[in-house]
Amino acid sequence: MEHVNTEHKTHSHGYGIYVLVWLALIALTSITVTVAGVDFGKLALPIALFIAAVKSALVINYFMHIKFEEPIFKVFLLLSGTTLLVIFILTFFDVFYR
Amino acid sequence: MADGNAHVAAKSFYEEGTTKKSTGITSWLFSTDHKRIGLMYLVTITAFFFVGALFGVLMRLELMAPGETIMGAQEYNTLFTLHGVIMIFLFIIPGIPAIFGNFFLPLQLGAKDVAFPRLNLLSYWIYLIGSVLVILSLFMQGGPIDTGWTFYVPYSVRTTTSVSLPLFAAFVLGFSSILTGLNFIVTIHRMRAPGMNFFRMPLFGWSIYATAWIQVIATPVVGITILLVIIERSFGVGIFDPALGGDPILFQHLFWIYSHPAVYIMILPAMGVVSEIIPTFSRRTIFGYTPIAMSSLAIAFVGYLVWAHHMFTSGMSDTSRVIFSLLTYIVALPSGVKVFNWVATMYKGSIDPKPPFLWVMSFVFLFSIGGLTGLVLGSITADIHVHDTYFVVSHFHYVMFGGTGTIVFAALYYWFPKMFGKMYNIKWANINALFYIIAFNVLYFPKFIMGYQGMPRRYYDYLPEFADLQMLSTIGSWIMFATLVSIFLNLYLAIKKGKKAHNNPWGGVTLEWQTSSPPPLLNFDREITVNHEPYDFSQLKELDYESK
Repeated sequence: MEHVNTEHKTHSHGYGIYVLVWLALIALTSITVTVAGVDFGKLALPIALFIAAVKSALVINYFMHIKFEEPIFKVFLLLSGTTLLVIFILTFFDVFYR
Repeated sequence: MADGNAHVAAKSFYEEGTTKKSTGITSWLFSTDHKRIGLMYLVTITAFFFVGALFGVLMRLELMAPGETIMGAQEYNTLFTLHGVIMIFLFIIPGIPAIFGNFFLPLQLGAKDVAFPRLNLLSYWIYLIGSVLVILSLFMQGGPIDTGWTFYVPYSVRTTTSVSLPLFAAFVLGFSSILTGLNFIVTIHRMRAPGMNFFRMPLFGWSIYATAWIQVIATPVVGITILLVIIERSFGVGIFDPALGGDPILFQHLFWIYSHPAVYIMILPAMGVVSEIIPTFSRRTIFGYTPIAMSSLAIAFVGYLVWAHHMFTSGMSDTSRVIFSLLTYIVALPSGVKVFNWVATMYKGSIDPKPPFLWVMSFVFLFSIGGLTGLVLGSITADIHVHDTYFVVSHFHYVMFGGTGTIVFAALYYWFPKMFGKMYNIKWANINALFYIIAFNVLYFPKFIMGYQGMPRRYYDYLPEFADLQMLSTIGSWIMFATLVSIFLNLYLAIKKGKKAHNNPWGGVTLEWQTSSPPPLLNFDREITVNHEPYDFSQLKELDYESK
């Protein structure tokens, strides 16, 4: 029964937030494209990745409803995200020092 | 409900299935019972193992003497690729989790099944479809794939052999692995019997748990990488082509970001089985339960951080090489924790050297050689000397076949009486163990020497000075193949004519030994409550078991 309630709760937020998130995603994509035209040198990649991370966070939290789920899902997601971050950092040792 | 349970207990899972009819091929192919699915994996994986082994024997026949012996260079390229693809993707990655994880994880947790039985059946079907695609690819235009199991670009993008289909097959097989991992994670979190907290869970469960996380997190990376190669072959986008702004070393990074953790998908469940067998045959609780459990998680985590040690000669940055070499040494620590704890468990134990224990001892010996030669390869300077030589081939056969392969047999000998309710010929099994370790070392040890002397891997021909050791290795392959046939013949005859096994022939104390052999459909004829540590042998007084 508890499950049904949680399910119901997630849908009661209305669709306005989804439109806002969608607009934010479009805005962030435009920023990515604009920033790509500016020469930031070695910082260009981290900047692009940072914007992409913000976009992912929005999609995961709102479109995938993780914001409204139990903590265990957040822990699992954090674990996957951290692994990915570590893999990115380690790969950068090749990208930046080759 | 109590009546229902009593009724269920009377019949084994062979006599009562989850489908309408309890016998016939459909009662197996559409069964959602974790035990039947485990056995289906056993049959399919064993079949592919023999195909892969046969290819290995054929390669050794070609290498028996210098020059062309039974096949040309192209056939040899195809054969070592198929040997690798079959052994890695169809045997050793699914091996222990799919067969023994499926069959024994719910039993050891005191559960009735895995968390998602239908998803479990789907995983098997996806595995089957993936393996059929591998076979189909052999007959496609251009001929069978010849890239090696690592599919390195730029060759895999340029070769005219059929590459896209076997790559797609590996992509499909990945889904089977992910779904199995997901199922096991949820099963361990949600299906443990009352009283069984995480630290009362058998260590096989811990190793499966760590493995499952790698399956879920790492496998998508290889899926994406494979798709990128298929896109490159079809459209020439240039992701891996420097002329178009791409980077071929990127492929190696992506490939090994999955494939190195995959090495731990292969070895961690084997280590879990070792942690089950050693206490049972030493009649002693495991030494260092928590360090062993935590070292599984540590291996799973550190396993993500070492992938580029496969790439020391690829042309990546020096900084990366130093960092990855250092991290590689760190992964030896949790493996060492396990080995020392196993040995400490045996110290002053009442050792009963039955076949599963002998196989585990073979494992400790072979895996230690494999592991220690891994440290040679982890050191940059030594690696540059032996990279892409037989030394590497020998190292990973000692780790993968000597490690995981040996434990597949140990697990089979340990749990066979539970799976089939029959006992095999113990003396025959002991002789097999002896021949196995002789064959193994005759087959693979010469490769360490040849590799050190500079014999490159993946060549169908060689200089005359390698002839004697090559011949010795080929003789080893014959003894090995005969031993493998003998192992399965013993088990096959046991299924057909073996005497009925006791429910607890070894005196094990984990939950799978507290039900009938073979178990009933819902695993136990009573509600399970756990109030003991997993390897508390004081329980044996209360339990029914076959004494020596």
